[in-house]
Amino acid sequence: MQYIVEVLPSLLNGAKITLEVFIWTIIGSVPLGLVVGLAMMTNLKIIKYILNFYVWLMRGTPLLLQLIFVFYGLPLVGITLERFDAALFAFILNYAAYFAEIFRGGLQSIDKGQYESAKVLRLTYWQTIRKIVAPQVFKIVLPSIGNEVINLVKDSSLVYVIGLGDLLRAGNVATSRDVTLVPLLMVAVIYLLMTAILTYGLKRLEKYYSYWK
Amino acid sequence: MLELKNIVKKFSDKVIVNHLNLDVADGEILCIVGQSGGGKTTLLRCISGLEKIDEGSFIVDGKEFDPYKNENNDSVIGVVFQDYNLFPHLTVLDNITLAPQMALKQSKQEAQKEALKLLDGLALGDKADLYPYQLSGGQKQRVAIARALAMKPKILCYDEPTSALDPALTQTVKNIILDLKKEGMTQIIVTHDMKFAQDVADNILKVKPLEN
Repeated sequence: MQYIVEVLPSLLNGAKITLEVFIWTIIGSVPLGLVVGLAMMTNLKIIKYILNFYVWLMRGTPLLLQLIFVFYGLPLVGITLERFDAALFAFILNYAAYFAEIFRGGLQSIDKGQYESAKVLRLTYWQTIRKIVAPQVFKIVLPSIGNEVINLVKDSSLVYVIGLGDLLRAGNVATSRDVTLVPLLMVAVIYLLMTAILTYGLKRLEKYYSYWK
Repeated sequence: MLELKNIVKKFSDKVIVNHLNLDVADGEILCIVGQSGGGKTTLLRCISGLEKIDEGSFIVDGKEFDPYKNENNDSVIGVVFQDYNLFPHLTVLDNITLAPQMALKQSKQEAQKEALKLLDGLALGDKADLYPYQLSGGQKQRVAIARALAMKPKILCYDEPTSALDPALTQTVKNIILDLKKEGMTQIIVTHDMKFAQDVADNILKVKPLEN
């Protein structure tokens, strides 16, 4: 018990980094994913081609590799980012690609009659997206978005590779120093707590959107 | 008055509407009837601006008008779709008031007042706060009619309005259409129900698939 109290502060410090990566990635990647998802529906071949390439690149290589390239590779072409910024850059680009695909699927599942109704009612494209399409898409994609959000909590542990001290790394440090698995058990409990809170929040959100079918 | 001059509509090389000329007088009910594949719905979609015509022109009250673009702020054509296409995430009231607020810049109170009046007229006064999934087919259709009317169109189009209705509801929609006629609404109705067409129409346009 004494030991738990001793290592807890360092773990909570790590958890702070984990949460920061998590929150900023969500804030950056969900809107970006929505924009990319919308843009993927365009008829312009060149834009479609570029965006498909981007999604393929992001989903086709390990996030760990992307982190390394962003932090150690970009300086070679003159772009140097702080550790934390590099992590966010890689995470946002990576997660936006997944979110874009989820949004694209959601957008495609909206009946074309909805667009036609909106058109004969004289709504503009953006009014249609904002008032008719987006609320319906949001409800449809919520479970898949939730899945990615939970994944992100755990994926954030990859930032150790560019030297950021997140939760898992803090646990690892304590474990090898004190030769005990207790810190890692605590790490597991903290991750579980975080995902439990998120799961609860997502359930509430889904329930909120169940007022229509 | 709506005039169609030499309307041609093709899908790739297949001609669907071939040099159609047609006048629809104010307050008239025109029924477009004919077998499936005759281009009834396509013609209606051209009139309501959902399909681009290949040749010809539309003239409303003497002025040429392109329903496909229709960028000025006159609402000319309203549409009641076959499967209604209500917005599932909005209440009945919001379904009706959204477009008047967005496109006609009505205030919320103004739009709601008008919408409630329309709903009362269609015996839906107590349904304003429900969502579309809570309504029966006939009720959904009347909401769709109210939604189209809220935009104050000159012409109201219906695509197969009786296809999903039982005889009693068919009678109800017939009465609604005839009441709107009394108020001077011009109406164009696509239907395959010949008896319905004969009961309500001032004019009937019969279409059949072109041989090509």
